[in-house]
Amino acid sequence: MSAPAESPHPAASARISPKLGGATASGAAAPAGPGPAPHQQNGPAQNQMQVPSGYGVHPQNYIAPSGHYPQGPGKMTSLPLDSQCGDYYSGLYTVPTQNVVTPNTANQQPGAQHMYGRGPPAPHIVGSTPGSFQGAASPTLHLHTSAAQRYSHFVNHYSSPAVYSANSSVASQGFPSTCAHYAMSTVSTAAYPSVSYPSLPAGDPYGQQMFTSQNAPTVRPLRENSFSGHSTAISHPSPLPPPPSHQYHQPQSLSGCSTLSWSASGLPSTQHNIVRNHTGSLATANSNPTNTVTDSLSCPVMQNVQPLKSSPVVSTVLSGASSTRTPPAANRTVEPVASVTQPSELLQQKGVDSSSTTSSASPMPNSYDALEGGSYPDMLSSSASSPAPDPAPEPDAAPAPAPASSAPQPSKMAKPFGYGYPTLQPGYQNATAPPNSGVAPSSPGYSGFQPYAQYPGMNQLSSGLGGLSLQSSPQPESLRPINLTQERNILPVTPVWAPVPNLNLDLKKLNCSPDSFRCTLTNIPQTQALLNKAKLPLGLLLHPFRDLTQLPVITSNTIVRCRSCRTYINPFVSFIDQRRWKCNLCYRVNDVPEEFMYNPLTRSYGEPHKRPEVQNSTVEFIASSDYMLRPPQPAVYLFVLDVSHNAVEAGYLTILCQSLLENLDKLPGDSRTRIGFMTFDSTIHFYNLQEGLSQPQMLIVSDIDDVFLPTPDSLLVNLYESKELIKDLLNALPNMFTNTRETHSALGPALQAAFKLMSPTGGRVSVFQTQLPSLGAGLLQSREDPNQRSSTKVVQHLGPATDFYKKLALDCSGQQTAVDLFLLSSQYSDLASLACMSKYSAGCIYYYPSFHYTHNPSQAEKLQKDLKRYLTRKIGFEAVMRIRCTKGLSMHTFHGNFFVRSTDLLSLANINPDAGFAVQLSIEENLTDTSLVCFQTALLYTSSKGERRIRVHTLCLPVVSSLADVYAGVDVQAAICLLANMAVDRSVSSSLSDARDALVNAVVDSLSAYGSTVSNLQHSALIAPSSLKLFPLYILALLKQKAFRTGTSTRLDDRVYAMCQIKCQPLIHLMKMIHPNLYRIDRLTDEGAIHVNDKVVPQPPLQKLSAEKLTREGAFLMDCGSVFYIWIGKSCDNHFIEDVLGYPNFASIPQKMTHLPELDTLSSERARSFITWLRDNRPLSPVLHVVKDESPAKTEFFQHLIEDRTEAAFSYYEFLLHIQQQICK
Amino acid sequence: MAFTFAAFCYMLSLVLCAALIFFAIWHIIAFDELRTDFKSPIDQCNPVHALVLPEYSIHSLFCIMFLCAQEWLTLGLNIPLLFYHFWRYFHCPADSSELAYDPPAVMNADTLSYCQKEAWCKLAFYLLSFFYYLYCMIYTLVSS
Repeated sequence: MSAPAESPHPAASARISPKLGGATASGAAAPAGPGPAPHQQNGPAQNQMQVPSGYGVHPQNYIAPSGHYPQGPGKMTSLPLDSQCGDYYSGLYTVPTQNVVTPNTANQQPGAQHMYGRGPPAPHIVGSTPGSFQGAASPTLHLHTSAAQRYSHFVNHYSSPAVYSANSSVASQGFPSTCAHYAMSTVSTAAYPSVSYPSLPAGDPYGQQMFTSQNAPTVRPLRENSFSGHSTAISHPSPLPPPPSHQYHQPQSLSGCSTLSWSASGLPSTQHNIVRNHTGSLATANSNPTNTVTDSLSCPVMQNVQPLKSSPVVSTVLSGASSTRTPPAANRTVEPVASVTQPSELLQQKGVDSSSTTSSASPMPNSYDALEGGSYPDMLSSSASSPAPDPAPEPDAAPAPAPASSAPQPSKMAKPFGYGYPTLQPGYQNATAPPNSGVAPSSPGYSGFQPYAQYPGMNQLSSGLGGLSLQSSPQPESLRPINLTQERNILPVTPVWAPVPNLNLDLKKLNCSPDSFRCTLTNIPQTQALLNKAKLPLGLLLHPFRDLTQLPVITSNTIVRCRSCRTYINPFVSFIDQRRWKCNLCYRVNDVPEEFMYNPLTRSYGEPHKRPEVQNSTVEFIASSDYMLRPPQPAVYLFVLDVSHNAVEAGYLTILCQSLLENLDKLPGDSRTRIGFMTFDSTIHFYNLQEGLSQPQMLIVSDIDDVFLPTPDSLLVNLYESKELIKDLLNALPNMFTNTRETHSALGPALQAAFKLMSPTGGRVSVFQTQLPSLGAGLLQSREDPNQRSSTKVVQHLGPATDFYKKLALDCSGQQTAVDLFLLSSQYSDLASLACMSKYSAGCIYYYPSFHYTHNPSQAEKLQKDLKRYLTRKIGFEAVMRIRCTKGLSMHTFHGNFFVRSTDLLSLANINPDAGFAVQLSIEENLTDTSLVCFQTALLYTSSKGERRIRVHTLCLPVVSSLADVYAGVDVQAAICLLANMAVDRSVSSSLSDARDALVNAVVDSLSAYGSTVSNLQHSALIAPSSLKLFPLYILALLKQKAFRTGTSTRLDDRVYAMCQIKCQPLIHLMKMIHPNLYRIDRLTDEGAIHVNDKVVPQPPLQKLSAEKLTREGAFLMDCGSVFYIWIGKSCDNHFIEDVLGYPNFASIPQKMTHLPELDTLSSERARSFITWLRDNRPLSPVLHVVKDESPAKTEFFQHLIEDRTEAAFSYYEFLLHIQQQICK
Repeated sequence: MAFTFAAFCYMLSLVLCAALIFFAIWHIIAFDELRTDFKSPIDQCNPVHALVLPEYSIHSLFCIMFLCAQEWLTLGLNIPLLFYHFWRYFHCPADSSELAYDPPAVMNADTLSYCQKEAWCKLAFYLLSFFYYLYCMIYTLVSS
């Protein structure tokens, strides 16, 4: 292999060098870093990577590399790929940073790193050569095929080639215009390429190219082999005997960045660390690269992991490839598109393009090789189409996930191709280490990351490598086996980030934010059987209406949707040509409407792929009247207030009325906004606020068995017309019932009245209740036996006692009315029954145990803050949410507050930004013929301004066929949240102990399945892949959570409330609730600090939740989501107490302290800015408790230390032993 | 050739069985409509609920009649379904008053497919019993 490769390389090199030069010149980004000449070389190398021409370059590079690596060419080649990727990326990304990085890499890592590091010209060159290898790709690819990684690479390459070819072909066919567009995009292509790759034809092209450029013959076979290999599986070795080893090495090195390479080179380890730490590391490692760069780097790592997956993909591609070859053109086109879409991408792409262009210099366009390489040239010359494709395509394209979806699809198609699962694999790595960390990783990481990000192909390659690694030696970071019982510090010091799906860069950039949309498995298993083997839950976690700072809003007469499945057009569809697009969920080919051809952003015509709908995975449409069953309703708010003796005693009315008065003008709504008030004790009181009255008029209905509305028209009044009356009422209300002796509460009848009042319009009902309803319909009995609170046996009464509230909620839901419940009680109030009123009407539930406005100031403060948020946050009315997924997947259970209208439609009377949902999925048909799956949620709602809007989120994930890949892609946080939701259902339908057993079994099953299938390590140890290392910890945290704990005294209402929260909180909040974050704050430094709005925010490392971390000399902050605790140790430094808390010593700190004083000291400033920063990141402002070591309140704090043993529960280590025991059974 | 009580039971069963078949078909259609999104579960479940109790009562009536007529074989064939109905009635997914089909739960894909299967099985059972009753009726009429 090496020999052939070399030979080709020389030839290629010539081409490459030109490319490089071109790249540097043109490439805004890439060129930057390295010295012109060397850099250029590097650049070329990168280009080479992309393009076949690269081969020629390779030889040169090889030489250098060979020096580095004994293995010589082979390794070189492999390395090059990675490095190339890196280079590409880096080039594309910020050149400067890259340079920095590169040096590191070069130094640190041998061949691969060199490759990466542009800085060291020679080495880099080599590296670039590798890149060129890609170009040479075909040969290397072959090699790759032999190695899993290679496969991925191949895939990428192929895909890219395919794309190119496709593009070119397309162009030739008569898509010239498009091509041109594409060409434009081409630059960006790199990203896109992956998409296009799918077309695969590339494979052939590659082979051809290879041949042409290289010593074709050998190459070809190899390629062919590789292709076959890809398709078959990773039979890497067979095709290219020699290469395999090299390739393997390469893979390692490449992916290696993450795995082997890291270890090998001193740098690697650092990189890893960086990745892991990403946040912290970012600062350090990143220094060189920009953040983006770092991100990209991390991505690459991910890629490495991905390889396996990619390989499968590749296979698909391969099949497609033959057809696709011609497509190269198409690919090109695709690339262009990509560039168009994303500016950053563009930059990167530019870099790529430049490189490609240089390569393009090579006139090779004709053959596939030409396509790859040629495309580059084309790109250069023509502009876009050809060039872009090459670089990116090679890596990404090859995988060309595209093949699966639609080879033919030209440019846009290419994006879809992006499927290029290969990239996906990288994602895994990311998963392990946050993207940021990836940056840190240093050069290797960079290279990897960047490639991923930039070029799908790169990603694919890496992913492919990763895949190989999985099978062979190198392993993705997320699959690194960890012996849980021996790993003492399992918790990373930086917050855990969502894993990034192993997609190619283009798709990755376009993909939906994990904050809105997460899947428990970022690699979807191909079959249900595979999923069953993995023993992991498959599901989605949604936060669809979250507050977004940036949201493209599209006003258009025609909202483009698939004609058969009604999917909204999204970035993952493929454009077959200018006039047609293929749905990514049902694969139907649809026409592009005339209006869609015009791009309002660029004011250009004929570029449907550049429309914002196709450039953003989260968009909002202004819907036309087709989406209305009735005219949009106004915002209507009704407050139903308990004014019985109990309620007046608790004093919530004062706080509520005060908040309302303050926020009356901030209530979301337009000029039609209406508001109304009702109060109830044993009778129901209405308030006539009709404009023109001199003062509010109270109407009392005492017939609670047959409630009627005294004056239906004037109870809900226009907020602006009757504002004075409303203010009068709010001022009077707190004092109106001060002397009441009525202790009964007729909540049921009051709700019936509220329903009658709201049913003509729909809207929001806010119910404030302070005790058990004791009169009329829906009355409840106390069901809690206080002696059973700490029972370890059966916990009863988790379900509702009556279905009155459920029926009422369903009626309300039918009339577009949501009921929000504020329960402020000091005694048992049967939340399990009352919560039904909100659960089925899409409301929300707030619970303030032991509320009293003076005796419990922290609860009062919490109510005040919650109310402020509640009253002013966005709201959507008469909403429905539909979730669609690719054919073959089906949803079977939903979690959250809503009413399920049909198998995929949730009816939401109201939607608020703090509502989260979960969906369980099953795989009904095998996904063998697709490499990507997509999920789309469409939330249709009426905004408070009376506009009908549709918010669409689309998530794209790769499909994998190996169990290792499935494990590599686990999103452990999402899995935990889904399991928690399922456990709540189980607790209610079966029993709490069943639910607890199910949770433990979830860990036992998945870890034993992993141990018996993927890891071949000794079975005596408890081994988990890195992606699952936190799984047991989180499960233990869940078992100790209020909702599921036994043996510790837990009030039934507290337990039920915790369950309600699990059901309806979005993932980010839920995770804090399950596993709080602990920081040490008495020694905050600016090391690793971030800057937010000119303020320096220190970033202390996370501590594990164990008393062993609490030293008496320290002060610790625990972030539990809805509450902060600051624990002050007995021997805490007096300087800290004085500077931050404002007291002279420990003894003088009061027992109940809920605020940090604003002191003018550095440590106070740091502590406050840190806490403020934590608070700003969440909608509900948490209440702060300062807990002294000796105070009784410390039990509250200590019960969150979930790694410690308690009377009734395991410590973390004991839990691990328990799991191990269960596995061995 | 005598008109015994058993013969009367079979004749009555025959008529009522036709009604049960109708109920089963109605259930199947209802769930199918749910699945295909034509109707809201709330609208759909109410009429379905209305049919559940009559169905259970009619079937219980069969069993009592056959018990009185000492038709042990027939009774034996019906006993399993009777117990199933009792189990459904006392372990219905919805709480208290609601029978069997809970609007919020019914759209769960598992529940829905379970309900559909149940309806199909019942249809088959009632159809077979219809012909069985017909045969038994003629047999008792002829033999006695």
